Amino acid sequence: MADFDEELDASGLNCPLPILRAKKTLAGMESGKVLHIIATDPGSVKDFEAFARQTGNELMESKEEGGKFQFLIKKA
Amino acid sequence: MDEKKLAIIATKGTLDWAYPPFILASTASALGYETEIFFTFYGLQLLKKDLDLKVSPLGNPGMPMPMGMDKWFPTLLTALPGMESVMTSMMKKKMASKGVASLEELRELCQEAEVRLIACQMTVDLFDMDPAAFIEGVEFAGAARFFEFAGQSDICLYI
Repeated sequence: MADFDEELDASGLNCPLPILRAKKTLAGMESGKVLHIIATDPGSVKDFEAFARQTGNELMESKEEGGKFQFLIKKA
Repeated sequence: MDEKKLAIIATKGTLDWAYPPFILASTASALGYETEIFFTFYGLQLLKKDLDLKVSPLGNPGMPMPMGMDKWFPTLLTALPGMESVMTSMMKKKMASKGVASLEELRELCQEAEVRLIACQMTVDLFDMDPAAFIEGVEFAGAARFFEFAGQSDICLYI
């Protein structure tokens, strides 16, 4: 996985908390910085894709590893 | 990107039905929507400082119950005293174990995200509700106030 600037562990949280926490964390970051998110909610895969499309933040990577979903989002 | 608008009418005051308005409103805010919820009739319970909402299996054949009780437990017995509090506490435990946010938390997130919460003045009067029992930041208004925003909204939901 590529480098990132901040990390958010949303493991154990269910919809819509991973998205809300990500939004809050991104709000405190500068444009171009990358947020690494870890989640266990299977719904978060589609949700982060939709979040990126609607907010203009770029979803650079999305993958599953050992039951954990990981995302890299670059702040617009 | 033009800011989209979401207008919701929340009419139900049970623990289960309290979730959709707050989940949708907080998510919409995170996606950049300007959001407003108009609480009317039993929906006003969702604005009380002290949230004491319950869920009832009575008259709700779609509600999953422990041990498959929804399949074999006689409907009449769901009216027994204490059933409501038992089911409510089971539902709350289930939600906590699955990482579902509490209503208080979701409501707070909505307020942080500047979701506007409007209480139906007519219902407040009708049920002699005490405005002091509601959380801070609630606006009291009528149907015309709702339409002012709903008329320009991209999405309008009745829950």
